[in-house]
Amino acid sequence: MAEVCSPLRLPLIAGHKKPGTVTEDVCRPMLRPPSTLWWAGFTLAFSLLLLGVAAISYQIATGVGTWGLNTSVGWAFDITNFVFWVGIGHAGTLISAILFLFRQKWRTSVNRSAEAMTLFAVMCAGIFPVIHTGRPWLAYWLFPYPNTRGPLWINFRSPLAWDCFAISTYFLISATFWYVGLIPDLATIRDRLVEQSSAVSPGGLKARPAALGLRQRLFSIFSLGWNGSYRVWQHYEVLYLLLAGLATPLVVSVHTIVSWDFATAVIPGWHATIFPPYFVAGAIFSGIAMVLTLMIVARKAMNLEDYITLRHVDVMCKLLLLTSSIVALAYGTEFFTAFYSGNPYETFVFKNRALGPFAWAYWTMVSCNVLVPQFLWFRSVRRRLGIVFVLTLFVNVGMWFERFVIIVTSLHRDFLPSSWAMYRPTIVEVSTLLGSFGLFFTCFLIFCRVLPVIAMGEVKAVLHHGNGNGGPA
Amino acid sequence: MNRRVLIGIFDSEDAILQATDSARRRGWKIVDVFAPYAVHRLDKAMGLKRSRLPWVCFALGLFGASFKVWFEYWTTASDWPINVGGKPWNSLPAFVPITFEVMVLCAGISTVLAFFGMSRLWPGRRAALLDPRVTNDRFALVLEEDNAAFDVAEVERFLMEHRAVRVEEREQEGTA
Repeated sequence: MAEVCSPLRLPLIAGHKKPGTVTEDVCRPMLRPPSTLWWAGFTLAFSLLLLGVAAISYQIATGVGTWGLNTSVGWAFDITNFVFWVGIGHAGTLISAILFLFRQKWRTSVNRSAEAMTLFAVMCAGIFPVIHTGRPWLAYWLFPYPNTRGPLWINFRSPLAWDCFAISTYFLISATFWYVGLIPDLATIRDRLVEQSSAVSPGGLKARPAALGLRQRLFSIFSLGWNGSYRVWQHYEVLYLLLAGLATPLVVSVHTIVSWDFATAVIPGWHATIFPPYFVAGAIFSGIAMVLTLMIVARKAMNLEDYITLRHVDVMCKLLLLTSSIVALAYGTEFFTAFYSGNPYETFVFKNRALGPFAWAYWTMVSCNVLVPQFLWFRSVRRRLGIVFVLTLFVNVGMWFERFVIIVTSLHRDFLPSSWAMYRPTIVEVSTLLGSFGLFFTCFLIFCRVLPVIAMGEVKAVLHHGNGNGGPA
Repeated sequence: MNRRVLIGIFDSEDAILQATDSARRRGWKIVDVFAPYAVHRLDKAMGLKRSRLPWVCFALGLFGASFKVWFEYWTTASDWPINVGGKPWNSLPAFVPITFEVMVLCAGISTVLAFFGMSRLWPGRRAALLDPRVTNDRFALVLEEDNAAFDVAEVERFLMEHRAVRVEEREQEGTA
């Protein structure tokens, strides 16, 4: 309550907003026609998506020979992209669930879009293992179902089966969590549309009856008759807490299981107990970088500067720095363990990573993930959004290379020098990666147009934070 | 059966919180409170009992996990045992990851469905709105005129004293 506001608390939302203004501000970009910038972004993203569709169709029609894989490097681009995208998704769950449990109220401004990002990233991730199976039309064989082959069940001892369950559960729970969070906001927009269609629009908004009618109907269906009753709110709060409590260990389990895809194999460079925490920290690191990349653009493009303030960027930069440090520690520990173990194969893999033919990839990874984030120690850097934007791009690139380095450098020179080989991606593989970016950004841009990017119901509850009597305005 | 209710519309969180708390202390029957967001401590002010959703979550999570352990055991050790690298038929530690995932999935989805059931929310349900702005920036306190001792004028005065922006009397069907 206002009376107990500490003067040390700074406001989370700038501009002395009232609940009504939050609704106005968040709905405005949804109710006006898309800008030229949006169309430009959408055209580019959709073109990339089409390129990806063409590449995937071609490789399915032709066969796995369209990839640059060989008998030594049997996993490369697809699995790199899969791990990269799953990792991107993890920041959404961190912000929506883990920070909720830690009562970090600043999360309310970014959780909706970060969760949307999680969903789209997991969708992108899901494509790669499916096409990597080689016969994607039989991908449903990954699930145990009564079949005419026995029934022959899947091997529950295999990390690949674990992965299949982990990613599917992660997608379903993230989607549910996201939708549950959306319900009150959908109701707010539903009622706002009714108000607008019945009143003469003041701001010159051209109400197109047919289009508005459809939108109104959709919001009405999906808001499930929500009417703001506190008896429902009470259950809703408990549900949200339970889902956050379930999503928190889930997100840790998902990247742990992804890391087990590697760690349970006896390949030097993969067979390491450090993998689960190393992968989870890396996932959150890359995800936060992506959230920052998108948010810095979105706040400007959608005039959300009062909601996603410099303080939000500052806090996320600190999280980026923290996770970068964990990742750096993991890189160091891996090297130390390899040399301390005295295992010649393990030692060789790490020497080969840093000095072998893929050294350029290794040092790109180290520079982007360890050196570049060091700039974030400086407050002046954290407050310059242009610089932060560029730094996050570096981190995105670095984290993609991390997965590439782990996968390819561990495989390309195995136990027998006669089977050593190099890997080079083909144009089909690169197009598939570009296509996944196309899918991600197409979905994100559509989301920005049709749904509220800020969780209005949650932001309204923290408006008084730091804005009360005695607190600095 | 219809009942008469008195509705106070408020425009601030503090006001609704105080009004609800005082109304409950005076022994008036609170039908419901409507709010655009979850107001901290309002459940205590209304005197609501704790939600039983955690039990649903626990029970269905336990069911999901138990079912999955049994299913993994049955498929790999009983229905069609296959020797995979000499591992035991019942490789319990290797069953843990999927058991965990299925537990989370079962607990999560069933809790959400239970919430929809308990709150009577379903696709296409018409929202019974007390005020069109109650999902935007208004709060509403609904008190039932449950007996002859309920003095409408006094309650109206009470609501206005608690900074209500509007008070109205309505006839409502059954439950709110």
